[in-house]
Amino acid sequence: MSITEQRPIISKLEKQELFRFLAEGRRVDGRSLLQYRNLSVQLGYIEKAEGSALVELGNTKVLAAVKVGVALPFADTPNEGILIVNAELVPLASPVFEPGPPSEESISLARYVDRSIRESKTIDLSSLCIVPGRSVYSLYIDLYILDYDGNLIDASVIASVNALSTTMLPKYSLEGQNIKKLDEYFKLELKDYPVSLTYAFFGDKYVVDPCLNEEYASDFTVSMTVKSDDRFCAIQKNGGGMLSPRSFLDLLEKSITLGKELRRVAYSQIVKK
Amino acid sequence: MGEKISLFKEDGRRTDGRALDELRPIKIKVGVLSNAQGSAYIEQGKNKILAAVYGPKEALPKHISLPDRCILRCRYHMAPFSTPERKNPAPSRREIELSMILRNALESLVMTSLFPRTVIDIFIEVLQADGGTRCAGLTAAVLALADAGIPLKGLAAACAVGKAEGKVIVDLNDLEDKYGEADMPIAYNPTLDGITLLQMDGIMSKEEIEQALSLAITATQKIHKMQVDALKERFSFSRREV
Repeated sequence: MSITEQRPIISKLEKQELFRFLAEGRRVDGRSLLQYRNLSVQLGYIEKAEGSALVELGNTKVLAAVKVGVALPFADTPNEGILIVNAELVPLASPVFEPGPPSEESISLARYVDRSIRESKTIDLSSLCIVPGRSVYSLYIDLYILDYDGNLIDASVIASVNALSTTMLPKYSLEGQNIKKLDEYFKLELKDYPVSLTYAFFGDKYVVDPCLNEEYASDFTVSMTVKSDDRFCAIQKNGGGMLSPRSFLDLLEKSITLGKELRRVAYSQIVKK
Repeated sequence: MGEKISLFKEDGRRTDGRALDELRPIKIKVGVLSNAQGSAYIEQGKNKILAAVYGPKEALPKHISLPDRCILRCRYHMAPFSTPERKNPAPSRREIELSMILRNALESLVMTSLFPRTVIDIFIEVLQADGGTRCAGLTAAVLALADAGIPLKGLAAACAVGKAEGKVIVDLNDLEDKYGEADMPIAYNPTLDGITLLQMDGIMSKEEIEQALSLAITATQKIHKMQVDALKERFSFSRREV
């Protein structure tokens, strides 16, 4: 059952400041309303994983690692590789993350990242088939949230795409009925570079890339993932409150502009010039 | 993937004979369960969904309660026999996500500050699934809340819009949901002009989303009328008795 979340209380003073600043078109950390935090990406952070990336978005830290295996394909897609996204809200990242089975927040985060990558066709799953109907590559993206200061969704999408771009897959040869792993590797090819943009709403005002305090003080957030061709592949409103259709249309417009900018920064190391 | 599945007939109509912006037949009944404080049943196409509301009641254990408002607990669940292949009755990751998304949508409607320290339980049980279950489930859950006499800021009706073979369509059925290019469930409150539930997966351009949104608003307004009629039918009986 999904239960109303108990948000940690942010002090009245902090909240007042936040709203006073918003009314003046500013934010407490000095950003403008539609300004992203500093973003840094470190590729290949985990050597034992076939692909990995550590993303720091302000104080939010997300580590994404890709593990590759061989699996039986799903019955309805016998010629396609398997992509599975999992998110761990690691307890060391925040006092609000508790050990135990995955929370609805982590499930929803993983599913959103999954949609962003799957629907944008960032990876061509049909290129990950070894023996049709029998053996396909399985790609597990594990998202590790290491420090939590809001906007996990955007950071996780960026971390996943960067990790995928570094992924090396082992080659297999067919020997009779069996497949044999060779000591050769090939690079996973990316077909798209999606970015997600998350907005936090305060009444009719909104900010992009909310930090944790802004998330807590907001009515709700809206995330949208934009592909390289400016089309959208995932949208989700999280939290109560009502979004006006007018604002929704504004967000679409803004996301295309902001998406271009963010894509340039987020994938500067991996996009072929 | 089904390679040869066509989602349109030669006359341009959809597989079930509908026009692009046409809803499936909808049947709504309020007050269908005896134990629940409020309940509703909806049929939308082949969807058959029950919603029930218990509460407001004391929130136990106490630490889950909030001092200034009531909390909501929501469970969206699909029956094992609701889909072509038997569905494991244990909650899937999808059901966990949808329970949260639906709770969020309902939370924006309930006047929670009227019932501090209490809990309202909302159960949505999909008996038969035919695409658009979260939307039909929400339409029913809102009515179950109203039936329970819980003060709401307004009703919200939900409907999926999306894209199939390049055309923007309303109220996707199972086939269109599976083989179409995009699916965007939306719940909308016409009196406050607010979207309470919004998701999208698949691929749509900005222009297509704009078109889909305006179709969704029209469609949800139609469903909203049916919601009002269903509530009137439920309560006209008790008025006659008084």
